[in-house]
Amino acid sequence: MTDRPLKVLIAKPGLDGHDRGAKVLARGLRDEGFEVVYTGLRQTPEMIVTAALQEDVDVVGLSILSGAHLTLVPRVCALLRDKGMADVLVTAGGIIPDEDVPALKEAGVAAVFGPGTTIAQVADFLRANSRPRD
Amino acid sequence: MTDQNGAETLEPSVSERADALCDSAIAGDRRALARLLTAVENRTPLAEATMRRLYPLAGRAQLIGITGPPGAGKSTLVAALIAELGHAGRPVAVVAVDPSSPITGGAVLGDRVRMQSYATDDGVFIRSMASRGHSGGLSSATTAAAAVFDAVGFDIVLIETVGTGQSEVEVAAAADTTVVVEAPDMGDEIQAIKAGLLEVADIIVVNKGDRPGAHRTAGQLAAMLADSPRETRPGRPAPKHPDVLVTTAATGDGVAELLAAIDRHRVTARGTHGRASRLRRAEAQVWAVLVDRLHDRARSIEAAPVAAALLDGVAAHELDPYAAADRLLDLMAGGGADTDQAKA
Repeated sequence: MTDRPLKVLIAKPGLDGHDRGAKVLARGLRDEGFEVVYTGLRQTPEMIVTAALQEDVDVVGLSILSGAHLTLVPRVCALLRDKGMADVLVTAGGIIPDEDVPALKEAGVAAVFGPGTTIAQVADFLRANSRPRD
Repeated sequence: MTDQNGAETLEPSVSERADALCDSAIAGDRRALARLLTAVENRTPLAEATMRRLYPLAGRAQLIGITGPPGAGKSTLVAALIAELGHAGRPVAVVAVDPSSPITGGAVLGDRVRMQSYATDDGVFIRSMASRGHSGGLSSATTAAAAVFDAVGFDIVLIETVGTGQSEVEVAAAADTTVVVEAPDMGDEIQAIKAGLLEVADIIVVNKGDRPGAHRTAGQLAAMLADSPRETRPGRPAPKHPDVLVTTAATGDGVAELLAAIDRHRVTARGTHGRASRLRRAEAQVWAVLVDRLHDRARSIEAAPVAAALLDGVAAHELDPYAAADRLLDLMAGGGADTDQAKA
């Protein structure tokens, strides 16, 4: 009824401590009119999915620079499906080699945003692809 | 919109959907609870049916407001309280409000960062909300969200406000127990006798107790508040005599004492004192819905040609803003935009 802002969870799974990108994105999406829940560093997939569930977000954005994306990202996607949240859009960003992208998409990731992606590109993608709910 | 003989009976009605979600949430389904909170926050049609169903079940929980200036350590203190309650096996729900941008409507909701390590614990449910243009330290749906938590069985609901200045005291109406969190050396005795936030405190916490000056600050606050009048003047609320505590939320020091003070206050809040505060909360809630509804109705009139004509008149200084507003009020009372076109 009221057109409400999209709610996005920005999370950093795994053990790398590089949260600059996640924070820049959180702030950039704020400026694009999104409500961004930021969970901080070193999150387990379970913590991320619990936060996504409690916050009832439209999008989960995973930032990962440790190289563990092929383990952690599919785990987040699988847990979301287990909890009945297959309709939540999952995106990934950070340092992810091109050859790993197909495997992530296979696991349920809608888009992978590498270095050089602009905030506007991310925002447009999320607006176009997240499923509107009531 | 319900059954009978329509083809759209395949779609469950709004109240059927609300009932199903409420039943699930009461039975412990966290996903259903999250959806109800979203409905309430977004004021969807589901929200009204939800409140109709859940409101009679609420009123049992202790609603605890945690407020204070930005950076005083509210979120860290909430996290420490979650931990303390967890040790005692007491479930807790949290509503954490952060500000929305007045320019873009966006928000960064960052309170969760401090609390995330408890997010997966059984019996803990944390929900962040953006203030969405509401001033006063809360969002317009915060009280309703707290009522949803209350109704589905959470015995304690912590409401963390946005970082407040001196006069965002709305949380006092929303909560049974208001905890004002200050950092050391935020001001001298004069700050303690100024009107505003400290007046509504049931408990005052000087956090960051490991910093120099914490105990001095607490001592000054306690000394100034000790001089508050004891007697109640007719027609005025009884002056509060808050406990002043020192905590170090980051280490957990003093948090057990804070929880004990909160529990003690719960007993006080059940008495006649509490009846007044529940009445205040009822008034605030009804008023908020009323203002929302009037706002919606004003919006629907905004689009009518007569409204544009009135605005043109004001812009050209042919009509004053009061007269224009009164005309619009008359139209709203007359039932909305449809009837106006004839008059225009």
